[in-house]
Amino acid sequence: MKGHNFIYFLKEGIKGIFVHGFMSFAAVSVIVACLLITGSFALVALNVNVLIDEAKASNEILAFVDDSLSDTEALALTSKIYQVPNVLTAEFITRDEALEDYYAELGEDADEILVGITGEDLRHRYRVQVVDLELADETATALERLDGIGSVRYSQDLSDATLSMQKALNVICYILAAILVLVSVFIIANTVKLATMDRREEIAIMKMVGATNAFIRWPFVVQGSLLGVTGGIIAYFAQWGVYSYLTRALADYIGGSGFIEFLGFGEFAFPLLIVFLAAGLLVGVLGGILTIRKFMKV
Amino acid sequence: MVRFADVYKSYDNGTKALKGIDLRIDDGEFVFLVGPSGSGKSTVVKLITAEVRPTDGKMLVNGFNFSNLRTSQIPRLRRTLGVVFQDFRLIENMTVYENVAFAMRVIGEGSKRIRERVPIMLELVGLSHKAKRYPRELSGGEQQRVSIARALVNNPRIIIADEPTGNLDPTRSREIMGLLKKINELGTTIIAVTHESAIVNSFAKRVIALDGGKIVHDGSGGYYQV
Ligand SMILES: Nc1ncnc2c1ncn2[C@@H]1O[C@H](COP(=O)(O)OP(=O)(O)OP(=O)(O)O)[C@@H](O)[C@H]1O
Ligand SMILES: [Mg+2]
Repeated sequence: MKGHNFIYFLKEGIKGIFVHGFMSFAAVSVIVACLLITGSFALVALNVNVLIDEAKASNEILAFVDDSLSDTEALALTSKIYQVPNVLTAEFITRDEALEDYYAELGEDADEILVGITGEDLRHRYRVQVVDLELADETATALERLDGIGSVRYSQDLSDATLSMQKALNVICYILAAILVLVSVFIIANTVKLATMDRREEIAIMKMVGATNAFIRWPFVVQGSLLGVTGGIIAYFAQWGVYSYLTRALADYIGGSGFIEFLGFGEFAFPLLIVFLAAGLLVGVLGGILTIRKFMKV
Repeated sequence: MVRFADVYKSYDNGTKALKGIDLRIDDGEFVFLVGPSGSGKSTVVKLITAEVRPTDGKMLVNGFNFSNLRTSQIPRLRRTLGVVFQDFRLIENMTVYENVAFAMRVIGEGSKRIRERVPIMLELVGLSHKAKRYPRELSGGEQQRVSIARALVNNPRIIIADEPTGNLDPTRSREIMGLLKKINELGTTIIAVTHESAIVNSFAKRVIALDGGKIVHDGSGGYYQV
C-alpha cells in the first residue's frame, strides 16, 4: 500500500469515528463489556483448569499387595499391572518405603500418630497413575481382580461434579465468545453504516472517477478496526483491574489458607492482551467489510 | 474512442431503452447527443461508463472490450472517462479545491501531483480565485465548472456530459458549452447530451439524434429539430 493512501485511509477512518462520536462510544463500550464478560469467564475457567490439572496429576490408585506374597512375587506383579487397560505408570513401593512416606507426609505429627507402627504392619503397594481419569473407576476394579492384589484404594479426589463443572465452564466460554463476536460485529457494522450513509455521495463519486472497490472499502475497515482495537485495549486494562480485585477479595474470604492459589495476572497478561487485540481487530474488520459489501456492486 | 455494434438495453422492469444502436465516435470528436425525453440518451451514457451493461451487442470504449470486461477492470475504464452531470454532484462539505483534488486522491495519486495539477484545472475553468469556496457559495454555472475540472483532472480521453446545462440559464449554458469546446480543442473527446437546440445549431458539430431507443439521425453541421 502506498504511504499516502495509508495516511488517507487512517484520516478518513478516524473522521468516521468522531463524526458519530456517541455511536462510536457505544460501540467501544459494548465491545469492552463483551470482552470483559467473556474474559472473566475464561479466566475462571483457566484457574479451574489449572487446579484440576494439578489434582489430576496427583490423583492415583493405590493397589495393595496380598500379604501372602513374597517380596519377589510382589515385585513380579508389575508386568501384570501394566497389562491392565488405562494404566499409565505403576510404581512399586515397599512397606518400609510406605512408612517413610507417611512420616514425610505427616511431618511433626508423625511420631505421635505412627507410634508403635513398623513396616511389618503395612503392605507392599503399587502407586498407579491412569491415562484417562474418567475411566479410573473401571481401572481400580480391574486391578482389584488381579491375583496377588489384596485390595485397592482409589480416593476419587475429583468428583464427577467437579469434572462436569469444568466442562460446562469451558462450554460457556466458547458460547460467550461466539455471542461476543456476533454482538460486537453487529454494533460495529451499525456504527460504520452511519459513516457510509454520510458518504453515499462520496462513494458514488469515487466509483465514477474510477476508485477501486478496495480503496473505497479501506476507510471503513480502518474505522471498524480502530473501534475494535480500542475496545480491546480498554477491556484489557479493565480485566486487569477486575481480576486483581476479585482474586484478592476471594483469597481474603477463603482466609489465605493457601488452599486455593489463584494465577497471578502477570502469568497470562501478554497472551490475554494479544487475544483481546486480535478479537477487537477481528470484529472490527468483519464489521467494516460487512457494512460496505452492499456498496460494492457496480 | 467509442464503438457500439447492434447494442440493445432492456432494464429489469422490461423497458426496452435501446433497440439496436450502431455508433462510432473517434478520438478528438465533439458530439452532441440529442433526442426527446425517454429516448435513451442517458442509457447510452450509462453504458459507456459501465454503470449498466448491454443486454445484447458489442461495445468497445477506449480499448476496453465490453464482451469480456471484468468487474475489476471497470475502475480502470472509468479513469479514461470524465463524467459531468446536470446536478453537478459536488461534495457539499469540501471546498472547490478539495472537490477536484478528491478525484485524484481516490485513485491513489500522491499529494505532490495533486498540488501541481488541481490549480491548473481550476485555472482552465476560470475558478482559481474561488478555490477555497464551498459549492453552496457558488452559482450554478460555477458549480458546473468545478465538476468539469474534476472530470478533467485525471486526464481522461473522453468527457461525457449528461445535460450539463440543464439547470442553467441560456447565458451560463453557452459558457459551459464554450468551456467544453475549449477542452475539446485541447484534445479531449466530448460527448454532450442536451435538449437545447439553439446551442446545438450554433455550435455546428456532429449531432446524433435518438428516438425510441434508435438512432434517427447522425450527421455533422449541427442541424437538430425536436
Ligand atoms: N433504471 C431504470 N430502470 C428501468 N427503466 C429505466 C431505467 N432508466 C431508464 N429507464 C427507461 O429507459 C428509457 C430511456 O431512459 P433514458 O434515461 O436513457 O432516457 P433519456 O433520453 O436520458 O431521457 P431524459 O431526456 O428524460 O433524460 C425510458 O423509458 C426510461 O423510463
Ligand atoms: Mg437522461
